[in-house]
Amino acid sequence: MFEIIQKTPLNPTVVKIVLNAPLIAKKAQPGQFVILRATDKSERIPLTIADENPAEGTITLIYQIVGAGTMELNSLNQGDCLSDLVGPLGTPTETEGLKKVCIVGGGVGCAIAYPVAKKLHQLGCEVHSVVGFRNKDLVILEDDFRSVSSEMKMMTDDGSHGEKGLVTNALEALINAGNQYDRVIAIGPLIMMKFVCQVTKKYDIPTIVSMNPIMIDGTGMCGGCRLTVGGETKFACVDGPDFDGHLVDFDEAIARGSVYRDFENHAREKACNLYKKEV
Amino acid sequence: MADMSPIKTPMPSQEPNVRNKNFDEVALGYTYDMAVSEAKRCLNCKNKPCVSQCPVAVNIPAFIERVANEDMEGAYEILNQSTSLPAVCGRVCPQENQCEGKCIRAIKGESVGIGRLERFVADWHREHSTQKPVKPASNGHKVAVIGAGPSGLTCAGDLAKLGYEVTIYEALHVAGGVLSYGIPEFRLPKAIVNHEIEGLKALGVDIQCNTVIGKTLTVDELFEMGYEAMFIGSGAGLPRFMGIPGESLKGVYSANEYLTRINLMKAYQEGSSTPILRASKVAVVGGGNVAMDAARCAKRMGAEEVYIVYRRGMQELPARHEEVEHAIEEGIIFKTLCNPIEVLGDENGFVSGLKCVEMELGEPDESGRRRPVVKENSEFVLDAEVMIMSIGTSPNPLIRSTTPGLEANRHGCLVVRDESGLTSRDNVYAGGDAVTGAATVILAMGAGKKAAAAIHEQLSGK
Repeated sequence: MFEIIQKTPLNPTVVKIVLNAPLIAKKAQPGQFVILRATDKSERIPLTIADENPAEGTITLIYQIVGAGTMELNSLNQGDCLSDLVGPLGTPTETEGLKKVCIVGGGVGCAIAYPVAKKLHQLGCEVHSVVGFRNKDLVILEDDFRSVSSEMKMMTDDGSHGEKGLVTNALEALINAGNQYDRVIAIGPLIMMKFVCQVTKKYDIPTIVSMNPIMIDGTGMCGGCRLTVGGETKFACVDGPDFDGHLVDFDEAIARGSVYRDFENHAREKACNLYKKEV
Repeated sequence: MADMSPIKTPMPSQEPNVRNKNFDEVALGYTYDMAVSEAKRCLNCKNKPCVSQCPVAVNIPAFIERVANEDMEGAYEILNQSTSLPAVCGRVCPQENQCEGKCIRAIKGESVGIGRLERFVADWHREHSTQKPVKPASNGHKVAVIGAGPSGLTCAGDLAKLGYEVTIYEALHVAGGVLSYGIPEFRLPKAIVNHEIEGLKALGVDIQCNTVIGKTLTVDELFEMGYEAMFIGSGAGLPRFMGIPGESLKGVYSANEYLTRINLMKAYQEGSSTPILRASKVAVVGGGNVAMDAARCAKRMGAEEVYIVYRRGMQELPARHEEVEHAIEEGIIFKTLCNPIEVLGDENGFVSGLKCVEMELGEPDESGRRRPVVKENSEFVLDAEVMIMSIGTSPNPLIRSTTPGLEANRHGCLVVRDESGLTSRDNVYAGGDAVTGAATVILAMGAGKKAAAAIHEQLSGK
């Protein structure tokens, strides 16, 4: 069950795995996610589905090694099995009926943005992509984005690849160049999505963001993933993860995301110490 | 001749100041001699008022008579005819409102300790019996059960005993539902839940975890897969919040989340990788069993002061008496007639306290309980770094929103046509919290039982 068929590092901290999961592969749509436990002692962690192959019965996940849960996941290799995997969860990203969309991806968020871009491209929508990374070593999926986009902007914080600058600079330049987007879909760090929404609000372009808060069950049971959207409490796991970016309370979401920072730091230190011992 | 002692044989328990620092079971259970002696208090009266109050109609005087005669296996056989989870019911049923509430002995003195005896018999059987449940011959009919909680497990067990091929689909990674994620180890050891589940598997019940019906598979796809009938026991898992300012601060949990982190994800165990906030002051809002569980967990997780904040009085607490008593003994502080109106935060966005108002009880409301009304100018601040919301849950919409023709009421509860639990969809039955809204384990089991009987009647009549 849930065997890792293939494991490929995409950059020093981002890894792609292909998993055997026939039922999920049959149902998965862009924007949906799974919850997994690497071992029977691990945390439940949500990860958005990056790709699916219903014929082969596989799904692809791309994760960044950030906390205890993803470190444990990364300790598994090709041929190993996950302890648990459930999905597809959440509501799919709306892709029907759109004519021209700008996809904005930041960092590992590009792993989630790409399947949306691909689906839109398949549906005949004109796709522009703006993707941003800290530096050239962290760039992922560049060719994939290029293959589905009629316009593509690569941005890095330090200018080591593509243009130097933020995704918001590139997005605003595209808008100012006369591009009329039906929608902007932004997927990346909360702070990036917040600023993308500030730009698109200025130009009154409907904007969808994909929220990835802390959650346990992914079916609406724990309420840990709650966020405020347009003054109402929503659960990202069942009401989202996609929301109208102009209505999301990002500052609150950013604050809530840091609730276990001490715990995570501690876990990382512990893991690093273990690692040191092995060396 | 019955033992006419007016008092129930007391339950041996861990000392309050010891147990509020560990997660081991609080009540230690009767010894053999205690059980036999307590059983002799039963008058074996003709009317059996106790049985009439039991949602699964256990033949109570009969099993107690066996205990009095020291025929423990015989007592177990009688329990087993009516309940598939006796070790669970003996621990978590609100007996004072059910069987024990109507016991003749309670008129002059205390009722017979029916729950304690049920627990003893189930534990005795588990520890002493060598016979394993045997898978009956298949009758060729396939039934799917959605949700591995008390109602689903009961329904599956009853059908399996009749030869049905039953598959349970469970969303979480372990079976048990609220018995696993909600009720804490110190009240219901997970080894006991696991034993009951293993018993069902031995009967041939197939349990598929990690499968969300409504997402991974739909009800209609299950029919296409050859299941002839279905039982939905998906519970009432959606937590409610109060809608007051500050509920998004760090340190505000739903009781579901807090208990799930501790019980299901084992945050209470040394070296667990599950993050949880440990605070010196914790406030739990609500007065039900779940609130008591959350408060007692918080105490065990190291909190110095744990408050139950409840808007009505001590008399109105909906929790079982025993849970309230245990909580008081363990040092939980009850702030009754008190209602939070705002959660206060510190400069880092963590909870720092609850702004509350005092309440007084006015005229009875539609529930028959006296309505709490706000006392004027009674605002005060209760210091707390963690706040746990335990004000109820509603049914999960995932199944009803993906099953055409499945009707629900305005509270999101599935509508059933009659006692059998038949929904608006043919061959689809439902029961437990998914139908009633949040209620008790034993009521859910009763519903699972009735649905199993109805499914059997329908499919065997073909």
